[in-house]
Amino acid sequence: MARIPEGLHYTKDHEWVRIEGGVGTVGITDYAQHAMGDVVYVELPEVGDEVAAGDDFVVVESVKGANDVFSPVSGKVAEINDELDGAPELVNQDPYANWLVKLEVADPSEAEKLLDASAYAKLVEELEAEGS
Amino acid sequence: MKRTVETIFEASRPGRAGYSLPELDVPGVDCASALKGHLRSEAPRLPEMAEVDVVRHFTKLSKMNYSVDEGFYPLGSCTMKYNPKVNEVAARMPGFSRIHPLQPVDTVQGALQLMHDLGAMLAEITGMDAFTLQPAAGAHGEQTGLMMIKAWHESRGDHQRTKVVVPDSAHGTNPASATVTGFDIVEVASDDEGMVDLEALKSMMDDRVAALMLTNPNTLGVFERNILGLTETIHKAGGLVYYDGANLNAIMGKARPGDMGFDVLHLNLHKTFSTPHGGGGPGSGAVGVKDVLVPFLPTPVIAYNEEEDTYLLEGGDTRPQSIGRVRSFYGNFGVLVRAYTYIMSMGAEGLREASETAVLNANYLAAKLAHLYPLAHRGHCMHEFVLNGGPLKQETGVSSLDVAKALIDAGYHPPTVYFPLIVPEALMVEPTETESQETLDRFAEAMEAIVAKAKAEGAAPFHDMPLNSPVSRPDETTAARNPILTWRFGE
Amino acid sequence: MNRYIPTTEEDRRRMLAVIGVPDVDELFSGIPAQVRQKVGSNLPDALSEMEVMNDLRGLAAWNLSVDEAICFLGAGVYDHFIPSAVDSIISRGEFTTSYTPYQPEVAQGTLQAIFQYQTMVCELTGMEISNASMYDGATAAAEAAVMASAATKRRRILCGRNVHPQTRETLRTYCWSRKLEYEEIPFIDGAIDGAELEKALAAGDAAALVVQSPNFFGVLEEIKPLADKLHEAGGLLIVSTDLLALGTVEAPGKLGADIVTGDGQTVGNPMNFGGPAFGFFAVNKPLMRRMPGRICGQATDSSGRRVFVLTLQAREQHIRREKATSNICSNQNLCIVAASVYLSLMGPKGLRETGAQILAKSAYAVEQLERTGKFRRAFPGAPSFRETVLLCDEPPGELNGRLLEAGIIGGLDLSADHPDLKNAWMLAVTESRTREEIDYLVSVAGGEE
Repeated sequence: MARIPEGLHYTKDHEWVRIEGGVGTVGITDYAQHAMGDVVYVELPEVGDEVAAGDDFVVVESVKGANDVFSPVSGKVAEINDELDGAPELVNQDPYANWLVKLEVADPSEAEKLLDASAYAKLVEELEAEGS
Repeated sequence: MKRTVETIFEASRPGRAGYSLPELDVPGVDCASALKGHLRSEAPRLPEMAEVDVVRHFTKLSKMNYSVDEGFYPLGSCTMKYNPKVNEVAARMPGFSRIHPLQPVDTVQGALQLMHDLGAMLAEITGMDAFTLQPAAGAHGEQTGLMMIKAWHESRGDHQRTKVVVPDSAHGTNPASATVTGFDIVEVASDDEGMVDLEALKSMMDDRVAALMLTNPNTLGVFERNILGLTETIHKAGGLVYYDGANLNAIMGKARPGDMGFDVLHLNLHKTFSTPHGGGGPGSGAVGVKDVLVPFLPTPVIAYNEEEDTYLLEGGDTRPQSIGRVRSFYGNFGVLVRAYTYIMSMGAEGLREASETAVLNANYLAAKLAHLYPLAHRGHCMHEFVLNGGPLKQETGVSSLDVAKALIDAGYHPPTVYFPLIVPEALMVEPTETESQETLDRFAEAMEAIVAKAKAEGAAPFHDMPLNSPVSRPDETTAARNPILTWRFGE
Repeated sequence: MNRYIPTTEEDRRRMLAVIGVPDVDELFSGIPAQVRQKVGSNLPDALSEMEVMNDLRGLAAWNLSVDEAICFLGAGVYDHFIPSAVDSIISRGEFTTSYTPYQPEVAQGTLQAIFQYQTMVCELTGMEISNASMYDGATAAAEAAVMASAATKRRRILCGRNVHPQTRETLRTYCWSRKLEYEEIPFIDGAIDGAELEKALAAGDAAALVVQSPNFFGVLEEIKPLADKLHEAGGLLIVSTDLLALGTVEAPGKLGADIVTGDGQTVGNPMNFGGPAFGFFAVNKPLMRRMPGRICGQATDSSGRRVFVLTLQAREQHIRREKATSNICSNQNLCIVAASVYLSLMGPKGLRETGAQILAKSAYAVEQLERTGKFRRAFPGAPSFRETVLLCDEPPGELNGRLLEAGIIGGLDLSADHPDLKNAWMLAVTESRTREEIDYLVSVAGGEE
């Protein structure tokens, strides 16, 4: 059963975002890291890049696949997690502690349109039942 | 028996050599002064070995490879048919291998005739009007074909056509080729048989559509029933249709892409036309076009002057709309010689028999495996079929990858795994026509045994497989996390 | 009955019974009637093996091979010596008839050969990482330009006009298809014109310069100053070179090259009328994940054994699909195995001795031709390797005609492409040429008209 912490906003593409003040911290969910397998590399954007909600802005590479990560909200890249450069496996170990990107969020209310923990949990339950 | 071979760098010993050159018969020059500061400062760490040790090294390496010459290789979408040995003898004739591409044209008429005749025969087989033999591989051919489509649209002032439609069941090169040619991809849904949804396609049409890329039979091994409707839909919208010829082995002598409405196609000479795969190349991706795209063919074009009965090269000045060159010289000529030899050996009858037998073999094998796995197609397949490994995984925990490793232990190269993406735990099987019934029967027996083992013992015993290969499963994760891409000397 | 198709009539009957259809045609009923082929393809009748060999012998005999004429023609493809062991090894069915090594447990032969090849390319070029090869030198340079544009986020590609014309044409086509700007930099005295380059760089947005060394004329370029100029302007230097030459000539990686490419025909691959051979492609670590093509890496298996495996595949077409770095799906594998066998037999000393012979024989040929009074170097003073451009009294077309009659394939006639160089003729001299052959060339070329 995938871990789904409270207090975060979720997308149907398995990203999470935590909004604190004007900063959105983005990562991928436990369901996602498990589905993609061992992460071998994370391609992060550059600080200063502008991102719109829904833009693919990170690539998480596993051995057999490269997975696009879509930004849950719009904003400007303020910080990237450079710990992942030498240790991409951190994403597998704890995808919530090991965030990917911090954004200066233009409009924090955008996050209200996303799924809350229980809505996302339902989505994951359905997917796990399908066996996919 | 598990074994590895030391690297050639480890086998090297200073002072040894595997070459000989004649004594210099002209006055020597001082390399440093001749090269005026360009002299190499440090010797490269290449091996120093006697000939016998080099030969032994590579002989040992070769014995770690499975190959068609050894056994069955049912990789779907790859057409691993037997590579006739006469092709190898032909390609090595000095009159083909020891000629320079820039020699005066009248000293290479045999080479030009071979290429001209090969192009003509391929056009006849596929129902197209002209061929270029320049592209070096299937993907290269796709890129070339798409470039010609792009040039055609531009020549008509149609600069807004930026979309190329591909089915979601398509081979990865299709969207990649379209992207590298500057197009955007739009996917069209397949139905549950992998056939393109005609209504869905119609709804996607607008004046921004440049082309549709299709392979037929599709990647599930099924012939597109609506093929004429599909090609007509694109033409009506002002686009052109591209045929991925990877699956041509199913239909030689039975149907021609040129008659299905395709405007341009590529062939994989190393699949359908028996040239060897070489461990990953060289191949050849010959591209055929209808008259509409002839002006855009890459140059030089090999032409025949009937009056003077000579072959010549038509260059850029006589073909102003050509897309130019897509590589150096004329193509992988050595591969073309092999394909020519094969077609001359088979004739129309032989090629038709090849396709009929390829389809017969696939259906026979599918019938033998149908009780073990759900098949992804309904009714009959063509030259290949896809098994759905999803239920077996759910029931026993044994994935198609595990099955693949178990097949290695049984002495087979596994089928293609995890392609096409629309079938869960896919195993794509293409036996080809050069396999005997006994080979197919034994393969089916091996699959029976594997499935039985999975049901009886679950996934655990599969994790250590293969046990009978020289090495066990590599740790691909670490290899990708910390890539070691060259030999570390002195470690 | 067909010698490549084992199925007999009896086999067919049995198989149809298992499938449950009366005949093979039933299996093709999914093909709509309008599309079914009504008439057999119009091809020559099938030939037996004897007949097909006769047909091929006839075609081959109609070509003049370099066994029958003395070759002084180069321009990208050369008559170099290939030790017999090379063909012997690549003729092995285990190398020839195996597939791409996607199942590493049964393809360690191919994978280790690729890894060794990659190492050898890095050694020769002075770069950190090599891929498993591209189609040829021309497409390798084109893909390097595309990669440089993506890496720098710039759209102008500069290329020396003294880079091989076919490389330039290929670059032009690739740039057009990717909407990149392609611009040529003139040469002066055979090498890139530094002043013109500076002007071009000052205009901004230059992603890369493609320079060839030894260039099309055989002249060696000054790589370090070119690299410095490009880096100052924020661009990358792509050097197209030759692996055999690098046995004697300095490695571009030591001189600041960012990407090194070139054609591999010269190392262990026959001329083959222009193909197949391969293109090599090498970068340093910063560009590793952008590099197109297959890459083989070292790994361990579950028992700790050293094994080799295709890696960094997430970038490749079959995974990234429309986001792939390139659409390349193959490498010219058998040709790189041939190259690695050649380089293993020759070793550093063999390459060096080959280079020394080439320099000596070239110098001798050029000297003797100049002595006839009818030839002079187009770029005197320019250091060169294997190829020399000479200005002739006689139109090169006529010269080559006379040479051919005497059993010599003459150098490339440059007069049409370079009218500014009067009667330019490009002579290639490899280690395969003997003194006798060179003296004969000189006597015919400088002799009675």
